[in-house]
Amino acid sequence: MSQPSEHGATAASSLSKSSPSKSSPSTEAAPGAPTLAKPAPSGLRGSLGEPLLEIRGLQKHFPLTQGIVFKRTIGHVRAVDGVDLTLRRGETVGLVGESGCGKSTVSKLIVALERPTGGSILYKGKDVARMGGRALKEYRREVQIIFQDPYASLNPRMTVGDIVAEGWAVHDDVAPKKGRLKRTQELLDRVGLNPDYVNRYPHQFSGGQRQRIGIARALALQPEVIVCDEPVSALDVSVQAQVVNLLEDLQDEFGLSYLFIAHDLSVVRHISDRVAVMYLGSIVEEGTDAEVYGSPSHPYTQALLSSVPLHEPHLRGQKDRILLQGDVPSPADPPSGCRFRTRCWKAQDICAQEPPALVDRGQGHPSACHFAEARTVVPVDAE
Amino acid sequence: MTNLDLSKPTSELAPSGTPLLEVDDLHVEFRTRGGVVNAVNGVSYSLAAGETLAILGESGSGKSVSAQAIMGILETPPAVINGGGIWFQGKDMLEMSAEDQRKIRGPGISMIFQDALSSLNPVYSVGFQIGEMFRAHRGLSKKEARKRAIELMDRVRIPAAARRVDDYPHQFSGGMRQRVMIAMAIALDPRILIADEPTTALDVTVQAQVMDLLKDLQGETGMGLILITHDLGVVNEVADNVAVMYAGEIVERGTVDDVFSKPSHPYTEGLMGSVPQVEAKGGRLRPIAGQPPNLARIPSGCPFHPRCARRRLGADAAPGRECATDVPPLRLVVPGREAACHYSEEVLGVPAE
Amino acid sequence: MTDQQQLDLRKDEVEAGTTTGLASPSVDVTKERQNSLWSDAWGELRRNPLFWIGAVLGVFFLLMALVPQVFARGADPRSCDLSNSRGRPSAQHWFGFDTQGCDYLANVVYGARNSLIIGVIAVLVILLLGVLVGAIAGYYGGFTDGILARIADIFYALPLILGALVLLRVGPSTGIPIINSRGPGAVAIALALFGWMTAMRLVRSQVIAVKSSDYVAAARAMGASGRRILVRHILPNAVAPVLVYATITIGVIIAAEATLTYLGVGLQRPAISWGLQIEAGQDSIRTAPHLVLFPSLILTLTVMAFVMMGDALRDALDPRQRA
Repeated sequence: MSQPSEHGATAASSLSKSSPSKSSPSTEAAPGAPTLAKPAPSGLRGSLGEPLLEIRGLQKHFPLTQGIVFKRTIGHVRAVDGVDLTLRRGETVGLVGESGCGKSTVSKLIVALERPTGGSILYKGKDVARMGGRALKEYRREVQIIFQDPYASLNPRMTVGDIVAEGWAVHDDVAPKKGRLKRTQELLDRVGLNPDYVNRYPHQFSGGQRQRIGIARALALQPEVIVCDEPVSALDVSVQAQVVNLLEDLQDEFGLSYLFIAHDLSVVRHISDRVAVMYLGSIVEEGTDAEVYGSPSHPYTQALLSSVPLHEPHLRGQKDRILLQGDVPSPADPPSGCRFRTRCWKAQDICAQEPPALVDRGQGHPSACHFAEARTVVPVDAE
Repeated sequence: MTNLDLSKPTSELAPSGTPLLEVDDLHVEFRTRGGVVNAVNGVSYSLAAGETLAILGESGSGKSVSAQAIMGILETPPAVINGGGIWFQGKDMLEMSAEDQRKIRGPGISMIFQDALSSLNPVYSVGFQIGEMFRAHRGLSKKEARKRAIELMDRVRIPAAARRVDDYPHQFSGGMRQRVMIAMAIALDPRILIADEPTTALDVTVQAQVMDLLKDLQGETGMGLILITHDLGVVNEVADNVAVMYAGEIVERGTVDDVFSKPSHPYTEGLMGSVPQVEAKGGRLRPIAGQPPNLARIPSGCPFHPRCARRRLGADAAPGRECATDVPPLRLVVPGREAACHYSEEVLGVPAE
Repeated sequence: MTDQQQLDLRKDEVEAGTTTGLASPSVDVTKERQNSLWSDAWGELRRNPLFWIGAVLGVFFLLMALVPQVFARGADPRSCDLSNSRGRPSAQHWFGFDTQGCDYLANVVYGARNSLIIGVIAVLVILLLGVLVGAIAGYYGGFTDGILARIADIFYALPLILGALVLLRVGPSTGIPIINSRGPGAVAIALALFGWMTAMRLVRSQVIAVKSSDYVAAARAMGASGRRILVRHILPNAVAPVLVYATITIGVIIAAEATLTYLGVGLQRPAISWGLQIEAGQDSIRTAPHLVLFPSLILTLTVMAFVMMGDALRDALDPRQRA
């Protein structure tokens, strides 16, 4: 268990000064503002590298129903079907996959918005599904989420200040009632927004600014883990980079751990320490960014990486394009054995019979393919 | 009646010297209750047969509005084209009658959009919708049109076209729907295809397939392709030339190789520094500060100056090149490269003349 | 230009938190709670002439219902003189006289009270039923929703007028208070009972839409209670279209009341009501057309006032219109 009050004090006071943003006349003008030194990253939080979230065999099947009042179940959509993932303190794990692969469902399961059908999510060794009242409430404080759509994720009828402070109404031990306004302003300043705008409404801000408000809302509860569900994919290119940098800075400052879910392989590589690739409800390959991007060993990862357009003119045409056949099968009726076999050029009889386990097959990192073989797909930029 | 001959395929056109399309100093504004929004402020470019021109910009840069103006599908009001000209094969489209403009749409210029699902009518089969092009423009019979629709679906590589021709849009995946859109757009062998963010809504593997398809179709027909996108990677992989737009203006123009290797406008430079690359983890990103401007209140002087790291104000500026007061024209910086910045030579690292 | 682009343009008007400082326009930050969606809507409403016409008419009829003496030009609707029977409108008696020789202006003016009472009470009951049932159905969903939706469907099967007609016919023979009296209360309840379903469906669909929004997910993920989510997030966002519907429905109910009364099952004499006046006037429509004309005219204006206000409110509250 962490100590919310003690840690809270340090984090809060550090908010006011360590900000690189120059846009805050109010904090700079206040000579009495506490100017404590930045706390050692994660100093109070236990050692770096200790596992925080351990996901084992996670499954989520949504029933397909028919009928109006009395509903009959006629099948299941296997949105998440056997996901293993570990998130350690202070690290960023990237989860990539194409639309419909179940990565957003994983994020909802982790923040306990959905109940898993099978498997478990262990947080600091405790099963989230078995947590009751107080433990679950504490878990919900420590694990926060940032959403993709900055237009839909903020209540249009609440002021920015109320949005950021809402968590304190639920978890009133995090911030004393007195001084909440000041804390809110410090948070806004920290995420790069003018603290004078606490009384403004979300529709007065641009997409990037709204995303910063969402980040401030998550930060307000002093979380340990933030699940970032496509946090920059709705933003313009120039604004995307601002938000990515902000997330990186906040991680260093508060010792946060991120699960970064996205479809943009470049952004995921940039921000992640480790990367997991998801296809049709399960993880097909996992490793450090250099392992997964530099020597992908699962055919799907290879195809995915080979499709990413490169930005350097001199690298153009230097990679083999692997074009996949057909569409992703329906998660209501996934193929037997290996999920990817219907589109795979390596598929053999065994692929239809035996689902490949996600284990290291001599590549140095786990890959869920019977015929895993490292292959360089993305040319290395020699410049 | 226009005397344009649109019956010959583009590939048989003799290279006559006149580009397929010339846009000259185009201005578009939206007159809203909140004031006048200057969406496009003097955009000029030309497109030759077989050329791929990418128009790169963020939301609100005017890249889509300028394309809609060319296509003649702007909603007027609120939009008003209040300056400039659009010449299609030497004829000014803005001077034409609405009827003549309509005749160019389809066989002359056609367009595909980002959202294929909402661009297709859900109550008609895709075969019917593709065939519609032949029935409306060429007067073909229903049966003949259906046959041509199947041929086209084959051409855009929709598997089992003959079987799927009677399916409805919702029965297709996103990538396949985009192919149906492309089939409709190329049905009449257009001279120019405008693709407005054609792959933004698609997954990366599907995006690669669709871009390949567009390139192949262009190779077959020799049509000019205008690719509107915000994705630098797509531009690099597909386009020959690129025009970078900001606040309704073109701020830099040149070949993709030149512009991407060495940008000469601080905005382009900033975009390059903003995007992480898949080739390497890379260091810290260097984003452009601030927000894109409000087009109803475009900053004075260079519209990019409030966000520009290289701006020179007041006494720092060279005479006549003050970033906050003097509007930089789009000018030739080095051969083959134009940029709208007072200090492009500095960005590029070449001595100023 | 797409809606989203237009929205973005608007957003950028506020350069909140700009890191350059240069592009930021001077913004008034002293005002508390500026520019909520409600105050934006009010700003929009203020510029809509439709709203002002509706509001002026609405206030006019409201005053008429509250202080009819002022509008009746000193005449008492119940002091009649048969010698004036069906007298034509004149400078002293603007609306003339009815068959009994009562001042018709006073009668029409006094009729406003019943119409408005019925309209407002019925709409309040509709709102109560609609919001309650709709919020429960939408928030809990599943089986509860299925049952409630089917109940609403059963009421839908009975047309408003027919249902109210039957209820008012059998009402006096039952012992239920209010219903057995045929007063304004009975008419209002009869109309509300067969008119709440649309409000319920409206609330239900709004609640379902808001419930699945990301900001509700965010509140749930931080552990907010169900009550908090309903009160802070769902209801404030679900209420706008219901307000529009309620405003328009006041007008519709007033018209329905006149219809019921005209058919003989609504208010009974000696109550004063536009429906009764039209009903009584129709026999002499050729000799004294003003007896039908004036109550009909006032009735139409009243209904229009509320429909216009509702339309203006819809335009102001619909965010898609706002760009």
